[in-house]
Amino acid sequence: MLLVEDGRLSVDDWRHLGDDEPIPANGAITVSFARWQTDEAVLHLRTDKLGLRLPNTIAPQEIAEDVSRFSLIILNFPKFTDGRAYSQARLLRTRFGYKGELRADGNVLRDQLMFMRRCGFNSFVVGERAIKEDWAKAFGEFDVFYQLAPDHRPWVMRQRLSKHR
Amino acid sequence: MYRYDEFDHRFVDERVAQYRDQVRRRLAGQLSEDEFRPLRLMNGLYLQLHAYMLRIAIPYGMLSSKQLRKLAHITRHYDRGYGHFTTRQNLQLHWIKLEDTPDILAELASVEMHAIQTSGNSFRNTTTDAFAGAAADEIEDPRPYAEIVRQWATLHPEFSFLPRKFKIAISASAEDRAAVKMHDLGLYLRKNEKGEIGFEVLVGGGLGRTPLLAQTIKPFVARRDLFSYLEAVLRVYNRYGRRDNLYKSRIKILVQSLGAAKFAEEVEAEWQATDREAVALPDNYVAEIASAFEAPRFDATPVDERALERTITANPAFARWMKHNTAAHKAPGYAIVTISLKPVGQTPGDCSAEQMELVAGLADELSFGEIRVAYEQNLVLPHVRRDQLFALWQKLDAAGLGSSNIGLVSDIICCPGMDYCSLATARSIPVAQRLAQHLSEREDAIGRFNIKISGCINACGHHHLGHIGLLGVDKNGEEVYQITLGGDAGDNAAIGQIAGPAVKSDEVTGAIDKLIAVYEKLRQGEERFPDTYRRVGQAPFKEALYAAR
Repeated sequence: MLLVEDGRLSVDDWRHLGDDEPIPANGAITVSFARWQTDEAVLHLRTDKLGLRLPNTIAPQEIAEDVSRFSLIILNFPKFTDGRAYSQARLLRTRFGYKGELRADGNVLRDQLMFMRRCGFNSFVVGERAIKEDWAKAFGEFDVFYQLAPDHRPWVMRQRLSKHR
Repeated sequence: MYRYDEFDHRFVDERVAQYRDQVRRRLAGQLSEDEFRPLRLMNGLYLQLHAYMLRIAIPYGMLSSKQLRKLAHITRHYDRGYGHFTTRQNLQLHWIKLEDTPDILAELASVEMHAIQTSGNSFRNTTTDAFAGAAADEIEDPRPYAEIVRQWATLHPEFSFLPRKFKIAISASAEDRAAVKMHDLGLYLRKNEKGEIGFEVLVGGGLGRTPLLAQTIKPFVARRDLFSYLEAVLRVYNRYGRRDNLYKSRIKILVQSLGAAKFAEEVEAEWQATDREAVALPDNYVAEIASAFEAPRFDATPVDERALERTITANPAFARWMKHNTAAHKAPGYAIVTISLKPVGQTPGDCSAEQMELVAGLADELSFGEIRVAYEQNLVLPHVRRDQLFALWQKLDAAGLGSSNIGLVSDIICCPGMDYCSLATARSIPVAQRLAQHLSEREDAIGRFNIKISGCINACGHHHLGHIGLLGVDKNGEEVYQITLGGDAGDNAAIGQIAGPAVKSDEVTGAIDKLIAVYEKLRQGEERFPDTYRRVGQAPFKEALYAAR
C-alpha cells in the first residue's frame, strides 16, 4: 500500500520488474539500477512510464543525466536507522532537478515520515498499520523548521529575516 | 542570553505534543519497545540499570537562574532531588518514570529548554567554552554560533539518521577550553587577514574504543558558508560512514581510513557542487542572533583592589579559592568564578536541588542571572564583581560548594559508572571518591593535575585525555583499572598511553601515589604532568608502577 504526501492512501500500480524478467513492450515498469545500466538502450525505445529502483549505496550523480527519463524513483531504507536515502533524495530534488514521484521503500515507519517528506519524498510504501494508526497525522506534527529543505516549507532563518524587512 | 522567539516556542511545544503522543502509543501497545527506543532516544530518554535516565540538553552549557530553578524543581518533583552534570554540559536525571517524561519535557519547554537529540545517531548538544562571553582571551563570543548551529542541527531532515552520533564543539579564544579536538567536528573561530570571521574546521576526533584527535580539513571557512560547509561534511559522512559495525561508525573511523587529506578532498568536491547561496548565513542574521548574547551592563565603578588583597592575605582558605576557582574576565573589576561540584568524598558532577537553587540565587544577586556548565562537570558564574568575591565564597562555603580545587588533582572528571549506567563495566564513582579523599590534602603541592575516570570503554569520563586516565573494566568478575598516562585536553590535546597491565580497584590509590611521586621528583619548575611525561618518557613511571609487583 502507498501513503501519499497529502495523506491519501493509494495502491501501487507499477510493475517492478525482476532482473531476469523480459522487458514488456507496454505498461509502467520499474527496473533496478543494474538493469538500467545493462538495458538502457532497450528501455529508451519504450514509450510507457519508466521507474528506477536506486540502492542507497549508489550516488545520485550516477543518474544525473538521466533523471528526466524516470517518472518514479524508489529509494530504499534497509533499516530505518540507515539514513543514506535522505541524502540521495535531497540531491535528486535540489541538485539534479528530479520532478517525478520519489518513493520511500523498506523499513518505513511513522516517525520517519516527516523527515522523508522534507527531503523530497512524496510517496511511502507502508503496511496495514498505517490506516489503523492514522500515519497521515505524522505530516502535520510540525510547522516550524530550522533548515532549508526540498519540500520548500518556510524555514526559520528566512522567516526571521523577512520579518525584519 | 538567547531567548526563544515565537518560532522556537512553537517548535518545542510541537515537539512535546509529538513526544506525548509517542509515549501514549507506547503505553497503548501500538509501538513495540524496539520501535519506541529510537523515539525516546531522540528525546534523551535512556533505559538504565534501575530506571529511566533523562538527559536534558543545556545548549553550550548556558543556563539562566530561572532555568536552573526549574531543573531543581524537576529533580525534586520527578526524581530524587539531585541531578548529574555531564562532560557534555548536559544534566542527567537517573530515576525517571516513563509516564512522567512528557510532563517533564513540557516543564522544560516552559523555560525554553528541551531534551532533543541528547541521544541517538544525530547531532548532539553543541558545546563551547564555559567562559564564553566573559573570557579575557576571547576573539569573539562563540555562543551566537553555537546557537546558530544548534538550531540548524535540530531535527535536520537529511542528517537525523547518521551512522552514529555527531558532536560539535566551538572555541573562540586563545586557549581551547572546550576540548575541541575530541569532537566529531570542531570549529575554531578565526579572523583572516582581512579581518573577516570564519572557522578552522577540524574533523574526526572522538574517544571510546578508538581514541583519535580531530584534524584540520580546512583552515578557514568564511562564516557565510558555515551551513553549506557543514552540510558537505555531513553528506560525505552520511554516504561513506560505516554502518556495519557500531564501533567503527563514528566519523573518526572514516577520516582515519581515508586519511584527513582525502576526506578533505571529498568534502571540498561536495561543497563545490553545493548551492552555497541558498543556505548562506547572512551577516545581519548573525548580528540578530548575536544581539541576544550582548554583554550585560557591567558596573564600571573601580574595585578597591587593595581591600581585596587585604582580605586575601587575612584568609588563607579564601586565598586558595581565589587562586584556583577564579579566572580573568574581559571587563575590568570582574572575575569568572567556577563553583566546584567536586567536594571531596562526593560524586563528581552531582548537584542537589537545594544547591541548584542556591546557585540560581547567587547568579541573580551577583552574576546577572547567568550560570554555565563546564564540561569538567563544574558550574560557572561568569560575571562576578571582584569586590563581591569574598561574600560569594563565604556563601558557597557555607553550602558545601566552597571547594577550592578547580584544575587540581581532586577535580576529577568521572562518568556515572555502574551505579547508574547500563553500559558501564566498573563502579567509577567510589574510585573517584577514594582518590579525591586520599590526594586532596596534598593537592596544592601537586599542582595542576587532571585525573579522568571512565567506567567503560565508551569513555564518557574522558580518561584518554586525563594526565592520568583510569578505565574500569571487568576481568573475570573483578573490577580492574587500566591506567593511561600523558593525556591532555585543549590546545596540546594528546591521547594518553596505556601504562601496562590493569590494577585492581583497591590498588588504584597506591598506583596513583607512585605515579605522582615520580612526577614530583622529575618535574622541572611549573611543568605539568603531561609535559614531564612527554619529556622523560614512560619508563620511569612504568618502573615505579610495576617494579615492586
